[in-house]
Parts: sequence; C-alpha cells; structure tokens
Amino acid sequence: MSNSFHLVVDNVDKRFNTKQGEFIAIRDVNLRVERGEFVALIGHSGCGKSTLLNLIAGLSDASSGVLVCGGREISGPGPDRGVVFQNHSLLPWLTCFNNVYLAVERVFGATEKKPQLTARTEAALKMVGLTHAMHKHPNEISGGMKQRVGIARALAIEPAVLLLDEPFGALDALTRAHLQDELLRIVAETKSTVVMVTHDVDEAVLLSDRIVMMTNGPAATIGEILDVDLPRPRDRLALAENTDYHHYRKAVVEFLYAKQKRAA
Amino acid sequence: MTATLTMNDLTREAQTSASTPAATASDASEIAATTTPSVVAPDAVVATVAHVQRNEKTQLAARRRREALAGFVQSVVPGLVGVLLFLLLWQALSQTVSQFPGPAKVWDSAVKLFSDPFYRKGPNDQGIGWNILASLQRVGIGFGLAALVGIPMGFMIGRFTYLNRMTAPIISILRPVSPLAWLPIGLMVFKAANPAAIWVIFICSIWPMIINTAVGVQRIPQDYLNVARVLNLSEWKVFTKILLPAVLPYMLTGVQLSIGVAWLVIVAAEMLTGGVGIGFWLWDEWNNLVMEHIIIAIFTIGIVGLLLERLLIAVANRFKFEQV
Repeated sequence: MSNSFHLVVDNVDKRFNTKQGEFIAIRDVNLRVERGEFVALIGHSGCGKSTLLNLIAGLSDASSGVLVCGGREISGPGPDRGVVFQNHSLLPWLTCFNNVYLAVERVFGATEKKPQLTARTEAALKMVGLTHAMHKHPNEISGGMKQRVGIARALAIEPAVLLLDEPFGALDALTRAHLQDELLRIVAETKSTVVMVTHDVDEAVLLSDRIVMMTNGPAATIGEILDVDLPRPRDRLALAENTDYHHYRKAVVEFLYAKQKRAA
Repeated sequence: MTATLTMNDLTREAQTSASTPAATASDASEIAATTTPSVVAPDAVVATVAHVQRNEKTQLAARRRREALAGFVQSVVPGLVGVLLFLLLWQALSQTVSQFPGPAKVWDSAVKLFSDPFYRKGPNDQGIGWNILASLQRVGIGFGLAALVGIPMGFMIGRFTYLNRMTAPIISILRPVSPLAWLPIGLMVFKAANPAAIWVIFICSIWPMIINTAVGVQRIPQDYLNVARVLNLSEWKVFTKILLPAVLPYMLTGVQLSIGVAWLVIVAAEMLTGGVGIGFWLWDEWNNLVMEHIIIAIFTIGIVGLLLERLLIAVANRFKFEQV
C-alpha cells in the first residue's frame, strides 16, 4: 500500500429529479482526505452529509464532478470502501462470525484458503472485543454489540477508506461513549482512513483530525473545515479539562447554531 | 378465553401465595417453641431446621403438582366439554333425522373400516388407506409442480418491476376463479381424469405461492441489499445468503396456504373425476347410501388436513429468524 491511497472529491454535485422538478442536494463539494486521516462530516439533518457519504460509498452516482479513491475513480460500491451503516445492517439469519465471514470471503476468498479466512474473521471480531459472542445471532446481542460487528465487518476487508454513517446514532449515551473510545483505539491500531457522518459535536471533536462542516440544504456545500490539532492518543477525561478542546467545540457549535441556524 | 384463563391463574396464584406464608409462620413458631429451652443440643436444632426445610420442599412439590394439574384441567377440559356437547347434539340430530347415523354407529363402522385400510377388491372398491394415499399423491404432485413453477415465478415477479406490472392484471383476474372451473380445461387437454385433477390442484395452489414469494422479495429491507451492494457480492451469494433466507418465511406462508387450498380442492375434484381417492370414496358411499362412511370421510378429510397444516407450520418454524 503506497501513500497515494487517499480520497478526492472534486466539484461534486448531486441532483435528484422530483415531482416538483430538480432538487439539488449538494453542490460544488471539494474534499481531499489524506491517508490515515479521520474526517468527520457534520451538519444539520437534511444537509446532504449522508448523500455525500453515499456518493463516496458508490451507493449512488454523482450528477457531476469526480470522486477518486485510491487512485481509481469511484463508479459503484466496492470492497475498497468499508461501510458501517447507522442501523448495523447485520443479516439476522447469520451468526456474527458468518456476517463478517461473508465479507472476508468476498474480498480474500480468491487468494486465500479457508483457515486464513477464518483467522481474519476471528481477528476482526477480537479487535472489537466480541470473541465470546462470535457464534451468536444478531438478535441475541445488544445494540452496541451489533454495531461492533458492523465495524468488524467493515474493517475485516481492509478497506482503503472506512465510511461510517452515524454509526452510534441509535445507541444510548453510555454505550456510544464506550464505542467511541473503542473506535479511537481501533483506528489507531489499524491506521485506517475514516470518513464519518455525525451530528454529535463532541463525537466529531473527540475523534477527528478534521471536521467538515456543511451548510444547510438544499444545494448544501462545505461551509468550513476545522483542523482539530489535539494530540493522540486522546482521552475523553483529559480532554474535558483541555482548553483547545473547548475552543474546537465552540467553533463547531458556533457554525451550527449561529451561522447555519436552522429555520425550522 | 385467554383472558379468563389468566384471571383464573391469578386468583389461584393469590390463593397459594396467601397460604404459604401462613404455613411458614407456624413452622417458625414451632422452631421457636423447640428452641426456647436453652439446654437443647445444637444438632437437634439443625435437625428441626432440616425437617422444616424438607417440609417446605415437599409443600413446594405438592404445590407444583397442583398447579400442573390445574393447568391441565384448564387447557383440556373446555375442549372435552366442547366435544361432548358436539356428540350430544349429533346424537339428538340423528334421532330426529331419519337415516342420519349417530356417533356410536359411526364409531363402530369406523373401527371396522380402519381395521383393514389396505384391501383391494377391484378398482372401485379399495380400503380407505388407499383412498387417502391416492388423494395425498394427487395433492403432492399438483402442489409440487405448483411450487416448482410458482416459487421461481414469485422470485422473478418480486425482483423485476416490469414483470410484476406485466403479470399483475392476469394474476388478479385468474386468482379468484373457483378451482373447479379449471376442471373442464384439464379434461379437455389431458383427456383423462387423473391428470385433470392434478391440474386443478396445480392451478389453485400456485397463486398463494407466487404472490407470497413476490411480496417477500419486495419486502427485503434495503439495508440487506445495501450490504450486498457495498460488498459487491456475486449474484449467487446474494441469492443464497440474502434473498433466499429473507424470503423463506414469506414463501413458507404461501406454501402453507397452498397446501390448505389443495386439500380443500382435491375432495371436490375427485367427486367429479372418480377413480380412487377420499373425495371419490365419499361420493361413492353417497351413491351406496352408506351414511356412516360419509361422516367418517368428513372426519378423515378434516384430520388429514389438520395434520398437513401442522406439518408445514412445524417446517416453517424451523426457518423463522428473529428480525433485529
């Protein structure tokens, strides 16, 4: 893997055809993500942050502009981008192990034998601390654990970019904090490149290297980009006393609630 | 029914729990009485405690037995009462309507009939076992063919909107047609009674399977399909790991409905086509005016139908998954 692995979003527009005519969801979005960087997309709901993530994932196509991942233009979904969905999207008829194995087999099945695939799957589940629940079905584990399996599934395929779509949005505050800490550790361990959609200011500041703040839709675009220059490894207790942390937090809050105040 | 059951359970629970503390209280005072003289050896106290514990244990066991008995009584007795009333009504009816056989007469006849279910005396006089098996075979073939055609068709219709729109008007018109209306077409095409009967089973049991499978495919959550898309799974993997498991519960509901319809229809079809089979047998016994056998046939059809349904419910439950 060379250093050329990064993500480029160039002059991207996304328009939808609706009954009322054309609806411009996002316009003129330009973004560059370095390898190993953690970028958060934040904005009010309906600002097109999930639309942008779906474009990067390849789940929908840009109306104009170009997206490049790892030197190749994005023309559809692919296993070079691992996606963690908000509602975990585990297949309920497969065990946690088999949910991850399905992804591992797809990506490495052509070049590796079964024991290696099994080892990869087990390693991914171990990383998210789920070795004990490996052979349980999704309905037998908690919401936080399901989301861990989702993360394990996305990471097990060793994607060039990890895409997280409000991954902790459906969890309670304590579980969310716990999983954020886990994610910090995992990202540090795997040196993953991450793009994460969130609406949680603390989450954005705690986790990311850069926070991309989006203006309100329609025709949403990137309003400001904030570099979060906090030393890693980050610790939420230490950061609570950190003045820089509060400075960054204030900047995001100001953007969201003063500059991009929602009419609703 | 359920409501009254729960009410009864509650009152019973209240009664037993009210009685238990009273018993323990008296046991406690007993211990107090025995231990008051300070000279009592400690092992004697232990013995008393053990005795009390044993007492409690046997009481608990007795209580459990009582509850099990009460549960049994409450679940089975109403059914028995219903059957008894039904038999009484039937007996009364048999005494007012001439030729209508009573329960006792039918029972005697059934015992005789089922003591030799597999005899053959020519094509039109075979044991009831053969008749049942002949009907089941027709249902099996017609239903099997319907599943073979209907389930893949349901998948296609569910997966491709164009095909769905294309077939929707035809299915809507043909589905409500009474099964027996298809019989003449079967007779015309196959020029024989047996394939015509199978054809009727086929055509009337295919609709629930097509429709339920198609609905199942259409209702697959987008999340699951997104997983397939982001992983770029092969069509085969999508089918075996996502489509099939997600659709299976819907499909089995269709199969369950179909087999019910098929069993309903076979009796009617056989009455018209003749040969061997429980429906034909029923009609034949009407021509012979053996009224006991007609009633036996009705019960047999009912029981076989119930068993088929139970079997499929058991199969369907095996493949259910918990939605998360």
